[in-house]
Amino acid sequence: MKKLLLSLGLGATLMMAAAPATLAGELTVYTAVEAEDLKKYAAKFNEDHPDITIKWVRDSTGIVTAKLLAEKDNPQADVIWGLAGTSLLLMKSEGMLEAYAPAGLDKLDKKFVDSSNPPSWVGMDAWVAAVCFNTVEAAKIGLTQPKSWKDLLDPMYKGHVIMPNPNSSGTGFLDVSSWIQMFGEDDAWKFMDGLHANIARYTHSGSKPCKLAAAGEIPIGISFAFRGAKSKAKGAPIEIIVPEEGVGWEMEATAIVAGTDNLADAKTLVDWSVTKKANEMYNAGYAVVAYPGVAKPVEHFPANLLEKMIDNDFEAAANNRKKILTEWQKRYDGKSEPKG
Amino acid sequence: MADTSTLSAPRIKPKVGRDDRIMRAFILVIGLYLVVTLALPLYTMLSKSFNTYSFDLTRFEIQIDKGDGWGETITPQTLNEATGKYKPEDLKTSSDGRLSVVSMIEGFSFRAKTLYRLRNIEAGGAFLSGSERVTDSEWHEYTSNEFRRVVLKPVKATGLDNFVQYFSNPSLFNSIFNSLFIAITTTIITITLAFTFAYALARSRMRYKGLFRVIAMAPILVPSLLPGIALVYLFGRQGMLHDLMGDQSIYGPIGIIAGSVFFTFPHAMIIIQTALSISDARLFEASDVLGASKTKTFFTVTLPGARYGLISASFVVFNLVITDFGLPKVIGGQFNVLAVDIYKQVIGQQNFEMGAVVSVVLLIPALLAFSIDRIMQKKQVALLSSRSVPYEPKVNKRFDRIMFSYALLVGGLIVGTLAVCQYAALIKFWPYDLTLSLTNYDFDVMDGGGWGSFYNSIKLAIMVAIIGTVVVFTGAYMVEKAPGFGLGRGIFQFLAMLPMAIPGMVLGLAYIFFFNNPDNPFNFIYGTLAILVICTVTHFYTVSHLTALTALKQMDKEFESVSASLKQPFYKLFSRVTVPVCLPAILDISIYLFVNAMTTVSALIFIYSPDTTLASVAMLNMDDAGDIAPAAAMGMMIFYANSLARLIHHFASKGLYAKTQAWRKR
Amino acid sequence: MGDGEMGEKSDRKQAFLQVRNLTKMFGSFTALKDISLDVAEKEFICFLGPSGCGKTTFLRAIAGLDIQTAGTIKQAGKDISNLPPAERDFGIVFQSYALFPNLTVNRNVAYGLESAGEGKETISARVNELLELVGLADQGDKYPAQLSGGQQQRIALARALATSPGLLLLDEPLSALDARVRTHLRREIKTLQEDLGITTIMVTHDQEEALTMADKIVVMNHGTIEQVGTPLEIYREPATLFVADFVGEMNQIPAVLGTKGTVNINGISLQCNSFKGKKGSSGIVTIRPEDIVPIKKSAAAKTKNIMDVTISEMEFLGSFWRATLSSKKLGDTSLIADFSANAARRLSLVEGASIRIELPQDALRFYEDGA
Repeated sequence: MKKLLLSLGLGATLMMAAAPATLAGELTVYTAVEAEDLKKYAAKFNEDHPDITIKWVRDSTGIVTAKLLAEKDNPQADVIWGLAGTSLLLMKSEGMLEAYAPAGLDKLDKKFVDSSNPPSWVGMDAWVAAVCFNTVEAAKIGLTQPKSWKDLLDPMYKGHVIMPNPNSSGTGFLDVSSWIQMFGEDDAWKFMDGLHANIARYTHSGSKPCKLAAAGEIPIGISFAFRGAKSKAKGAPIEIIVPEEGVGWEMEATAIVAGTDNLADAKTLVDWSVTKKANEMYNAGYAVVAYPGVAKPVEHFPANLLEKMIDNDFEAAANNRKKILTEWQKRYDGKSEPKG
Repeated sequence: MADTSTLSAPRIKPKVGRDDRIMRAFILVIGLYLVVTLALPLYTMLSKSFNTYSFDLTRFEIQIDKGDGWGETITPQTLNEATGKYKPEDLKTSSDGRLSVVSMIEGFSFRAKTLYRLRNIEAGGAFLSGSERVTDSEWHEYTSNEFRRVVLKPVKATGLDNFVQYFSNPSLFNSIFNSLFIAITTTIITITLAFTFAYALARSRMRYKGLFRVIAMAPILVPSLLPGIALVYLFGRQGMLHDLMGDQSIYGPIGIIAGSVFFTFPHAMIIIQTALSISDARLFEASDVLGASKTKTFFTVTLPGARYGLISASFVVFNLVITDFGLPKVIGGQFNVLAVDIYKQVIGQQNFEMGAVVSVVLLIPALLAFSIDRIMQKKQVALLSSRSVPYEPKVNKRFDRIMFSYALLVGGLIVGTLAVCQYAALIKFWPYDLTLSLTNYDFDVMDGGGWGSFYNSIKLAIMVAIIGTVVVFTGAYMVEKAPGFGLGRGIFQFLAMLPMAIPGMVLGLAYIFFFNNPDNPFNFIYGTLAILVICTVTHFYTVSHLTALTALKQMDKEFESVSASLKQPFYKLFSRVTVPVCLPAILDISIYLFVNAMTTVSALIFIYSPDTTLASVAMLNMDDAGDIAPAAAMGMMIFYANSLARLIHHFASKGLYAKTQAWRKR
Repeated sequence: MGDGEMGEKSDRKQAFLQVRNLTKMFGSFTALKDISLDVAEKEFICFLGPSGCGKTTFLRAIAGLDIQTAGTIKQAGKDISNLPPAERDFGIVFQSYALFPNLTVNRNVAYGLESAGEGKETISARVNELLELVGLADQGDKYPAQLSGGQQQRIALARALATSPGLLLLDEPLSALDARVRTHLRREIKTLQEDLGITTIMVTHDQEEALTMADKIVVMNHGTIEQVGTPLEIYREPATLFVADFVGEMNQIPAVLGTKGTVNINGISLQCNSFKGKKGSSGIVTIRPEDIVPIKKSAAAKTKNIMDVTISEMEFLGSFWRATLSSKKLGDTSLIADFSANAARRLSLVEGASIRIELPQDALRFYEDGA
């Protein structure tokens, strides 16, 4: 019966490979926060709560959102800490979030808190759209530095601009939705028609355009300021431009997943996530945080960023998302051949 | 003589012996394994593609108070009929669809003093007030300003709507032509290159054939996106050879095709080489004697002799390219292909239903190519069994020199591609800081899971190699040797052949739908390494199964009969004779599974979890985040790990061969 | 003919192997049609027939490797009709030897002994005994591939005999060997079988093999048994035209049956002892080449069944001459006759000669058409 024993052994191996369910004192936290920051986040949190272990599930915004939605009927996460507000709005509308007012909520900027009472999510910080401009590459081909979104329509930029595809990237959608809010629907589409003529290609990820600009793969990458600052810190010859008309922004937010079997620890984490200490931690990478008065200027961040942030209507963005994406896809996706 | 149609004695129902029972149990278990890991997930996915969402305006009730009390109760349907705002096709949507109510109201103003009440006629319907979800059947009252924020949610139904939507959206279905274009073009180029290379190996007396053979196989050891990264470094805007591109961009069909040729080359080469090596030397001698020119011999003997190999290789390449996801993701730019569309639908838009629809669309060409290939394979077997004399090429200095130059060129391109990646991985900040450093190997501060993902991949590959080999070989043995039980074996055989035709993306997506269902008893493996092992084994089942079958078919059919007559259980025969004799094939299966587990992306991109991040997926994610150099570094780590595994396999085979296969020597 | 008679006789003695109404279908194709057969203990039986006649199917049914669709098989009084091979009592040797290539000769032979709970020494003693029996005592440490075909087949035989089965089944065991080894092994197997007294069934398509080895031959065709009998019976008294044709050389002459065993060949009237059928029915008269007797024309008066023929061809085959005889009366049919060298010399039988032959009454058999 060696054979049978062997197969039993195999079965056992498979069972062992399947990890046990969440233990008490352990939280499964879904996040889209940059990988390099996660260890720091966990360490800071554990300074105050050493008994709770965080199991990170990190991925890009799109994947984490898709994962959460796919797991809708059988949530694996206890807490979402650091995911796009738009995604959390979507989850809220699916009834996936546990409403909870964390201790100290009142200290936060109202812009960063869900309007329901108790709120389903609370914001942490904002990441702001920006244009990364590679000065070295631009100089080589004689491009002048653009000052506004509309500047990007100049034919001299033809084939020298990259932006994220809103159909695969949250940052891309943030850009499109902010243009619609700033310029009005008709003018925004006209603007994008013009921009499309200059776009070299659309990327799937929101940080990639800035990294590509940093690497000289393209002179101009429409991305977000945080990414640009990081690249600049690493020595990339880039300028981070905040277009005059204003810039779209998105917040990172925190929420408890409805149906968690570790609600107590989840609340502890969310309570901590709105503290001043936590907000100071967010400030290391983000110039704008939910706790007023905490934010100090961040190195390499453009100074006028705060003023240029538009008054973002997240709800309208969420409600019109499908319409906008379908329209965008119809206009720019797939039909066009890539350009030089 | 008895009448043939009637039996003069009662029918015998054979007693099922112990061996039969065990063997049937095994077939059943492995068959069930394939049902659970393949048939059911695919079924779930298929049914998902028929889940449609539309707004049912008759499921809600509205009352309006314009200052003179609540008016009559109406449905949004009535409102819509009055304004004609939405046509029936506008009411079709996806799971996240939202429909504004106020847009159906004539002359709505959010400043008006009008009050509105809205309710779901039945509990379970849904609308959103702001982002608040309302599912009860109570009346909810809103001011005009609040009511403009109310949107209706769609209801789920079953139907073909998703497919109608897909085919009425050119930006979606254009991908079909794009995918076909890429796959067909790549097939033509790869087959031409691989045929010439195989021809050089089989028909010339050029030097270093062994080395060339090893180099030609190298692309199998890396994920398909690695050549994409190399192409960026070579032909991107900052590429070393950017000027060669002229006005063309590497991001798009050119890049996809170039990269696809790289990663499909070895697959085509092996098949064509086999086809060429079984051609009968006697035909060439005959052709020589008849005074035919080299060219004539080539067209009348060589090509026809290798035709099944060529056709088979073409379909394999076609299938690999059309189902590949990593490469078009990395270098496809704006050029949409089906595999990436699935990703965009699922990850970018969280539209699972449309993802399932694209999956079904992608299944069709893959299934078609696969079926034709199977038919060709059968014919090829017939060709193989004829006794032929192996061809010994004669010295022809000029021909050998040309072939050598060609092989040198192709080999150089392959080695060059890998070298570029390795070089790029060691550069601190391309192209501005060209000092060498290991910072790109600091995976722990990048997306994708860090070094842990590399070790996870090794762990996964080892588990896949061990478990997969046991499952596949045992399954193949049962199918080949179990007596009777025809229907069960037929179903099993079909299931075993199916994975070849299922694109990895499709399988992975099907796994989410199937395994992440709380009602599924296998739900517990979701998010674990086990599901990755299972998915990978299933994804690469067919080739392993065929390898095992081929080895088993070469065994004497009567071993089982002899063993049974000696009253020995089949498992004794299995462990004492079958396994030792088939050991070379078993080792081949395990290295095949190992290498593929290391490099596969598409099957696992949807189902890996934070504890089980993988090197190949990390590579994709790092590239996605713009960390191209670290992605190249990770790709090369996969290459080294696979090369090492290959080397170990080589020596293990040699050692085992010497030890256990002594009987092969006379 | 003797078939039914024999069956009943053996029944009374309780035949070792009793097969009753065996039918085997592969889909709609009937491979065995309602076959019944008795095999006595210690008997050596050969299933003989052309390929596709069902002989191997029959053997595999007896072994339980392909269990019959209907019908029963009893071995040593026990009903084994539906048992899997492992629960039956037989040893088997195949044409391909089916030796385990990765096991030494010793371990091949010991294969069936190992799980019987015997000690290592007992097993090795038994293995040595068996190897000695087949004359390969010194080859135990070799691998099968290192042995010749004949040696391999003997190892296969030793392995099959290791567990002392009650029944030995041989499936074309000699057909893969060359002619000389084959003749040699034939004798060896037969001797071994007699010494061990083991009931043996051998499948063969080679009539010479069957005639020299078998105690009894079962001639099969199209899934049925044509005749069961000793080699002599099969040769001398073929029950059907098929057997007559399949075993040995046989002349076949179209004829019409008259009364009391007279047959009419285009006006020539011959007397024959063995006939079936009504007067006037047409059929075939047969005679073996060696039964045709050349006689002096002067002796004609005394003998019956005489025919005048011309020798159209003479072929020297060493110990005898093979002559092709033709006659106007025979039309297109010509006769083959084997004449001893002696007779040929004595009667000056040469090509072109007109001679007179006798077709002895007891050598002529008439088979009715369609019977």
